[in-house]
Amino acid sequence: MARPTSRRPGINRRAQYSLFASYVIAVAGAVIGLLTLILAKADPAGFAALRAAASEVTRPVSSGLSSMVSNIGSIDEHVVAYVNAGSQNAALRRQVDANRIQMIEARAIQQENVRLKKLLKLTETSTSEVATARLISSSSTAIRRMARISAGSAQGVRAGMPVRSPEGLIGRVLRAGPNSADILLLTDSQNIIPVRRASDNVQAISTGMDDGTLEIRPLNAGTSPFKPGDILVTTGTGGLYSPNIPVAVVVTLKGGTAIAVPLASPARVEIVMVEHPYDAGVPAPPAAEQDGQTGQNGAPQQPAGS
Amino acid sequence: MSRSTSLNNQPVPRLGRTPSRFRMRGTPIIMIMLASMLPALLPLISQAPTLPPLGLLFLLSWRLLRHDMLPLWIGAPLGAVDDLMSGNPLGTAIFLWSAIMIAMEMLDDWLQWRSYWHDWLIAILACIVFLGGALLINRFSGSLASPMLILPQLFWSALLYPFVVRITVAMDRWRMMA
Repeated sequence: MARPTSRRPGINRRAQYSLFASYVIAVAGAVIGLLTLILAKADPAGFAALRAAASEVTRPVSSGLSSMVSNIGSIDEHVVAYVNAGSQNAALRRQVDANRIQMIEARAIQQENVRLKKLLKLTETSTSEVATARLISSSSTAIRRMARISAGSAQGVRAGMPVRSPEGLIGRVLRAGPNSADILLLTDSQNIIPVRRASDNVQAISTGMDDGTLEIRPLNAGTSPFKPGDILVTTGTGGLYSPNIPVAVVVTLKGGTAIAVPLASPARVEIVMVEHPYDAGVPAPPAAEQDGQTGQNGAPQQPAGS
Repeated sequence: MSRSTSLNNQPVPRLGRTPSRFRMRGTPIIMIMLASMLPALLPLISQAPTLPPLGLLFLLSWRLLRHDMLPLWIGAPLGAVDDLMSGNPLGTAIFLWSAIMIAMEMLDDWLQWRSYWHDWLIAILACIVFLGGALLINRFSGSLASPMLILPQLFWSALLYPFVVRITVAMDRWRMMA
């Protein structure tokens, strides 16, 4: 192909000026982009209104499509399930027998638990559900792992609320628009969750790897105590997620850390629940004890006497 | 026959009629914005960056095929739309798309001629700049993502670009029909 006739203006003075002006505007656009990036870094919630407006534009289509095509993410799993159906069947039968015994034990423990709690007169902080919603889309072209749900501030969803499904933890609300909200999935590297092993109380920190897996670092120094197959649940530390929500299962060990996959795969989950933060019902400690500490809302509170 | 057809059975504009100015000038811009919007419309919950940057691919194909359709500064407003739709920090595509548009303008002045393969190579280089730049910007704002994560996206972008060019050519023809 011949070289395209460029915008080269020749000796036309007017065309020269307009070309120069378009260069100036283009460079100014790039500079505005850089400034916006610095602003976004300084104040991450600054452009929330713009983003909410954008997500409201796409919400009708994506929620309509998501209710039509469910299970778009699990097609490959169905195929793989057929390939090794025979051996899987035998393994599952053994598992069912083992689970039945454990379920009977668990039911007995549950009854005992209810009885002991009545003895203690423990008032359970009911983590009441704010809204039930559907995962409608995700940031499938960007590095950050975010998903969008079909409920927003009109349904009571606020930024910072934990989101879970019956299978396990999904993440927390990053931004809430009028009728849709963006969720930071737990596989994002900026989502850090305190977890513990379900069988005993080995504490660890779960960090997303941005590729669908989680990195599990034990709090204690030394070699990783985790083995493939360990189930991790939330501890309730930090006051955001209520304790004992299933989070992930360890699949492999790499170096000193364990690699886990979420129990609730966002690709397979259809309905998610937005809940109140765990400590929302707990009264704040007295002001004198908060000296020098950062409060839940980010602002350090001064004691009344100073 | 409502629409006249030429000998090789391709539709041609009817005599005495011209498409509206909005259709003539607005088609590329609307198309690029829709391509930016498409990943947010699909009910696809991905666990890693999987889809190629469709908005950028359409911007590149329009810019390489019909450089006179897009002004030099169009990278900034179209990038703002892409940032709002994609979930990257606002400003990522505003800056990177503007830089890519300016770089391509300079490249046009420097290259004596370019073929189909040159266009493809330029598109792949621009995708590397955009995806790598977006990764750096995300890491700067606190993400710990590994650089390996963008490789599948780059691969799909390179494979998808010729198809995007076909769509762009078809839309360019439709744009001129009255």
